[in-house]
Amino acid sequence: MADQIRVNSDPRAAVTGDSVKPIDLRKRPRIGEIIIQTMLYACGFISIFTTIGIVYVLGHESLAFFASDEVGLVEFFTNTVWQPQIGEFGILPLVNSTMMVTVIALIVAIPLGLAMAIYMAEYASERVRAFLKPVIELLAGIPTVVYGFFALTFVTPWLREIFGRDVVQIYNVMSAGLVVGILITPIIATLSEDALSAVPSGLRQASLGLGATKWETAIRVVVPAAFSGIVAASIVAMSRAIGETMVVALAAGASPQFTFNPFLPAETMTGHIARISGGDLSYQSIDYNSIFAIGLVLFFMTLILNIASRMIVRRFREVYE
Amino acid sequence: MSAEPVNRPSASTGRLPQGEEVKQNVASRQQRGKLWQASLLFSVVVGLSVLLMLAWNIANDAFGGIAVQADVEVETLTDGRPLEDLTQPELVALLEENLRSRVLRNLNREQPLAERDAENLIEVVLLEIVKPEVVATYKLADFLFNRAEIEAQLAEDFPRAELEFKSWVRWDFIVNPMSSNPVYAGVRTALLGTLWLLMLTILIAFPLGLGAAIYLEEYQSDKIFDERTPAGRFFNRVIARSTSIISTNIYNLSGVPSIIYGMLGLAIFVRALENFTSGAMFGVGGDATANGRTIISAALTMSLLVLPVVIISSQEAIKAVPSTLRQASLGLGATKWQTIWKIVLPNALPGILTGTILAISRAIGETAPLIVVGASTFIVTDPTSIFSKFTVLPIQIYNWTSRPQDEFRAIAAAAIIVLLILLLSLNATAILLRNYLRSRRVT
Repeated sequence: MADQIRVNSDPRAAVTGDSVKPIDLRKRPRIGEIIIQTMLYACGFISIFTTIGIVYVLGHESLAFFASDEVGLVEFFTNTVWQPQIGEFGILPLVNSTMMVTVIALIVAIPLGLAMAIYMAEYASERVRAFLKPVIELLAGIPTVVYGFFALTFVTPWLREIFGRDVVQIYNVMSAGLVVGILITPIIATLSEDALSAVPSGLRQASLGLGATKWETAIRVVVPAAFSGIVAASIVAMSRAIGETMVVALAAGASPQFTFNPFLPAETMTGHIARISGGDLSYQSIDYNSIFAIGLVLFFMTLILNIASRMIVRRFREVYE
Repeated sequence: MSAEPVNRPSASTGRLPQGEEVKQNVASRQQRGKLWQASLLFSVVVGLSVLLMLAWNIANDAFGGIAVQADVEVETLTDGRPLEDLTQPELVALLEENLRSRVLRNLNREQPLAERDAENLIEVVLLEIVKPEVVATYKLADFLFNRAEIEAQLAEDFPRAELEFKSWVRWDFIVNPMSSNPVYAGVRTALLGTLWLLMLTILIAFPLGLGAAIYLEEYQSDKIFDERTPAGRFFNRVIARSTSIISTNIYNLSGVPSIIYGMLGLAIFVRALENFTSGAMFGVGGDATANGRTIISAALTMSLLVLPVVIISSQEAIKAVPSTLRQASLGLGATKWQTIWKIVLPNALPGILTGTILAISRAIGETAPLIVVGASTFIVTDPTSIFSKFTVLPIQIYNWTSRPQDEFRAIAAAAIIVLLILLLSLNATAILLRNYLRSRRVT
């Protein structure tokens, strides 16, 4: 709109009237404004550079990794042993333990987060909500390394107390999974609560008017109406759980193992990257290249999940006017 | 499912429930609703109790008891007089009497004993002769509730040791540099590193994020080039397309795991730009060993990490400024940029600042990217410039937590408390700032 407004740069010219030119109504370029706009555009473009940078860096180093004689692409995805010392690079054990942590986390977080969301959206009074919201945000704001400390010094001893010390190792997937579950619960709770609150109250009133109880209204009317939002929230939480590093680095152990026993130690993808890069890493070593290959797999896993969650919201959202 | 048959009209007879049956049906449904409501409430309580357990767990480690045993008791050394009562020459005599000549020579070389003041000498006496040593540490729960048992055990194992209450969070802990001995270790270097990182990240991420947000909110539909020429039309289309890619891209970036940003930082800032990030380019070269693993690398990495969140929250704040304000400004003849600078930004500032500080305070708690970028785990020198090696609080917490000894767990918990206090005060600053800016503006 600003473009149509033409400001005369010298108003006195019109007053004295010594030069009467036809007024040019076309947009006049303003150098300063264009420079500013270009700079702002450049700021926005940094995000593109970041993405390109991530893909380039991960791709480039991964190529170097696969180009080396020690590892082939097929071996990378099918070998069940990851032991760089003896030249075994199979990513399956790392992916497997990542998935175990994620599944345990989701088993904890989906019921817990959804219950919190339904309670806050449907049952809680204004005052209770005003108390609960900040508490949930507080849970979400605690640094993940603190959760790692919690997993190692609280949850693990507690698990070992319950199931026996010879069953549960000091470092185990279960403890990490449970705590990652606690960590992603606030994400599911807040995102689902947003989705539930967005369901128009007319639906609730209609359901209650037909004689449904509050619970029946919540579970048969409101939750189905917000279902796409809830699924999207769970997927976002899942991608967070896959990418979570500190809890698994501290609690899940430091040995890549292909196991389905959650009480044994097993290193995840993120945990492995953190451990390998923690030391003084030489840029020429195959270890250095290998973490980028793992990073590439990790990046695509989370990217696909994030895109899926957005597509689900767009495709299956129930729109009420 | 077992309750179902009562409240459904049966398929065979098509009969609706009547009379007593209806009442029963309603009552049972109500009851079921109550039961579920109770289970929802239970979930919320579980969530809250996790928070309490977390807090208790940290407190349990950060406070507690220690048993201290000295090599030589102070009383036997000075015939029952407290050290503070001794005069300076007496202290010197004491030292010369009790220390081996080699140790004395070393001390004298640092600064002659005779020239030192009493305070310093007492320190030396404690450090060199008394040598108080922590022989056992106890968690807060044990210290409070199992006191008798602990004392009995202690009397057996270390008869000369004294049990005392210990808060691992204390002033010394904040101002002491790192040490391999957990009793003397402090978080000074880590705290300074965190503050440097915080400042730099704000300086880098705030202008960039704000600029991108302004562009996406205010200039998105603008056409820079002349629409009448084919080249202008082409460039305008390219820009419009890339702008829409930018906005989807920002959402995707906000979901990328933080450790991936760390790897980006490692490959780009630490390695490819080593010349710049190690300071060699400017001939500064804070540490010869830093080789790109410096504060500036970490800050750049962190800035990329928080940028999407800063952009999204700034966009929300700019969106919230009523469009009537813009129209009024433009109608009075202001240019687009004048409108943004003088009208939109001042009104959006409270929201922008709050969003930015919250985003960055979350980044301050991030550990994973910094591990990858290469924060040092053990340095004793304070960071002096942006090209210094560094460590930060979360890294220290990680490092100390991963050690098996109880003392390190205790200082990890203490460092967690320091970190949480820092984060809380940052968040409080954000809220106060927002309230202050809101109260100053009348719109």
